[in-house]
Amino acid sequence: MSQPAELNIDRVAELSRLALTPEEKTRFSAQLGSILGHIEQLAKVDVTGIEPTAHAFPLNNVWATDLAQPALAVSAALRNAPVQRDQMIVVPKVVD
Amino acid sequence: MSSAPLHFQTIAELSAKIAAGQLSAVELTQAIIARTKAVEPRVHAFNSFDEADALAQAVASDGRRSAGQSAGALDGIPVGLKDVIAVAGQPLTASSKMLANFVSPYDATVTQKLQRAGAVLHGRLNCDEFAMGSSTENSAFGPTSNPWDLTRTPGGSSGGSAAALAAGAAVATLGSDTGGSIRQPAALCGIVGLKPTYGLISRYGLIAYASSLDQIGPFGRTVEDTAIMLGAIAGHDPKDSTSFNTTIPDYRAELKTRRGPWKLGIPKEYFGAGLDPEVGAAVEKAIAFYRAQGCEIREVSLPHTQYCLDTYYIIATAEASSNLARYDGIRYGHRTRDAKDLLDVYQKSRAEGFGDEVKRRIILGTYVLSSGYYDAYYLRAQKVRTLIRQDFLNAYREVDALITPTSPIPAFKLGEKSADPLAMYLCDIYTIGVNLAGLPALSLPCGFTASGLPIGLQLIGQPFREADLLATAHAYEQAHGWNTQFPSL
Repeated sequence: MSQPAELNIDRVAELSRLALTPEEKTRFSAQLGSILGHIEQLAKVDVTGIEPTAHAFPLNNVWATDLAQPALAVSAALRNAPVQRDQMIVVPKVVD
Repeated sequence: MSSAPLHFQTIAELSAKIAAGQLSAVELTQAIIARTKAVEPRVHAFNSFDEADALAQAVASDGRRSAGQSAGALDGIPVGLKDVIAVAGQPLTASSKMLANFVSPYDATVTQKLQRAGAVLHGRLNCDEFAMGSSTENSAFGPTSNPWDLTRTPGGSSGGSAAALAAGAAVATLGSDTGGSIRQPAALCGIVGLKPTYGLISRYGLIAYASSLDQIGPFGRTVEDTAIMLGAIAGHDPKDSTSFNTTIPDYRAELKTRRGPWKLGIPKEYFGAGLDPEVGAAVEKAIAFYRAQGCEIREVSLPHTQYCLDTYYIIATAEASSNLARYDGIRYGHRTRDAKDLLDVYQKSRAEGFGDEVKRRIILGTYVLSSGYYDAYYLRAQKVRTLIRQDFLNAYREVDALITPTSPIPAFKLGEKSADPLAMYLCDIYTIGVNLAGLPALSLPCGFTASGLPIGLQLIGQPFREADLLATAHAYEQAHGWNTQFPSL
């Protein structure tokens, strides 16, 4: 297995917005290292001149008529909010 | 008519009895509830189950029938849904702590379609967390056991859907398939599972894992039941911009009109190292059956098969890292109690809410999309995806469908692979190419190992030609009795 590209676990955890414990960082680094080692074999494929596939079937932009339609009631939309008050979602202070 | 207990009978049998007045939807639903209560402590296929709601639906079904307004074969039939498919007013957890207390405010399109068909929606089925896994062991609410051997996994990620049906705790179920998550558990549990063509079934109301690969599909005891379920849920939906506008045939009726003989391809790359000898032998026997029926059997090559797994784990994790960014602890889902500022809410809520496999995939997906690595990983994987898809389309110039094993191995022990993510990923080597290429494929039973574990045969079809695929499978099933054997629970 070839040496995988370095995975800076601190940097990627930060980008992922995941607070990892030191134990998780060590374990995930090792596991992802072996997966990335496997993935390295893709470098062997000749992809010169090959178009990327984002979807299995060509998709065109789909337009919808801009019509007002019934939507969720406020109470239904807020039903799963972790904290709410006066029909608003409460979040921690974001401006000092 | 089958002499099997009610909970092991097919939609076709049960709906005939209901139509003839020999059975009511309430009686059937009560039988399925009783069976569920009897087996659930050992199988753990369900995350939640609303008995009163199921019985109310059954009463409504009987009411429709006595008013002469039956909606058809599914009216009054208990159907279970994987816990990633939304039902308004019911829990929707994706088997994650993140959504442990989430109640869906709306219905998935497939939910509405099944309700219109009169199905009794009777439970939310366990799965790997956010459908990420091949054994249902990644569920935050505990693993599901395989009804054929309770020490083994039912496969995954739709393991609850497969196990509930195999155990008689549902008459049919829905799952979702991103890399094999319907077909592999169907194979390991001895039932039929269909992953339809990408775009045939609306994904509206399906919790997203990897949007360019995810597809909802049915599990049935028989190919005919699977065809009935597919007919009920297929069709264009303006709420899913990737859903395809195509004519939906009567899949059940087409089973009788499409008889072959077919030209069937055997991809040589699917019969190499790693294939269990008993699985290989059972699949070879099935191939011999088709040959004996006059089908032309031809070896074909899908030369990029060895790259499917890596391509899949780049594309699927990249899409997952983006899709799961929505779980931020703000509007819904788990929020940490221990946050100093907004960034803390995001990082701790996600760390507390997600399990290990979900974290691993988010990290891998974030990494392959990150600045400096995008071209080497994500863009390259998308190009290899083009080559993988081209392999299949080339094969279909010569043959109508492909025959392969569904899973390289039969059901494995609980815990056997959970410490080694790469070993778990290798369970999907025969199924993930189909998702990358957007094709329809199904798994149907083709025998048992010496120790009594089911073996699955995979048939891979051409885009939007599910009717042909189902008919090809039906021809095999009619000549074999695998689906009349049941686990002793």
